[in-house]
Amino acid sequence: MKRRHNILLWAGFVLVLLALLTYIPIFAVFAITRDVPWVNYLLFLAGGILLGLGLRRAFGHPEIYRGKVLGSILAGLSVLLFALFCFVIFYISKAIPASETAVRVGQPAPNFTLANWDGKQVSLSDQLKNNRAVVLIFYRGYW
Amino acid sequence: MRSFEQHLNDFSQRHIEIAAISVDSTDDSRKLSQAKGYTFPVLSDPAAEVIRNYGLLHPKGGEDGHDITRPAEILIDSSGTIRWENLTDDLRVRARPGQVLEAFDSTIGKLTATSGK
Repeated sequence: MKRRHNILLWAGFVLVLLALLTYIPIFAVFAITRDVPWVNYLLFLAGGILLGLGLRRAFGHPEIYRGKVLGSILAGLSVLLFALFCFVIFYISKAIPASETAVRVGQPAPNFTLANWDGKQVSLSDQLKNNRAVVLIFYRGYW
Repeated sequence: MRSFEQHLNDFSQRHIEIAAISVDSTDDSRKLSQAKGYTFPVLSDPAAEVIRNYGLLHPKGGEDGHDITRPAEILIDSSGTIRWENLTDDLRVRARPGQVLEAFDSTIGKLTATSGK
């Protein structure tokens, strides 16, 4: 008798892939899903549950369901992908120098004149004229 | 930076200018600004001089090993004094516009409100 396909395994694996791949293009765009990537954690969790159920079918009822080998491979891959995600979130993302050297609140802000992208020179002192405040956003660039 | 652009009104109401700074070339900054529709200045500090002056250098933090800035948001009052700053320890977690506005209201805004009366 032909054994049934074990769709849960693939569904679980697809969710795990989505969990990994949707973070940067979608969920990292919004602060509410970026700072703590809870949507992606939930996707990993859902994928893990489906994979777990699929594996239980494959090993519990091998006479009905396929997927002992495939399920083990997909589950292994999923663990690796989750580890990769955690590595990025907990290690790569925090790989920046300590802030001890930074200027401090209460200190004068060093003046500067820098080129804007349209070629205009912009200086801090000009921006502060007319009783205006300035918020400087230092960003890493090229991404 | 996208979220700051979306809250421009809140900043201009309080007479706060926004300026972004990175080591990117003016060319890269132009591409970024035009792609994202940023209307505030996006400034180039290719030699990281200003970044160094602010103590924000991330040595060899760039993709090809050159010096860049660590992420930071710094609020400066009209006298040129730093009144608030956010030195995140996580690249993904940046100050939200609301935090900066709140910081302004509780420091600079408070002073101008009382001295204005």
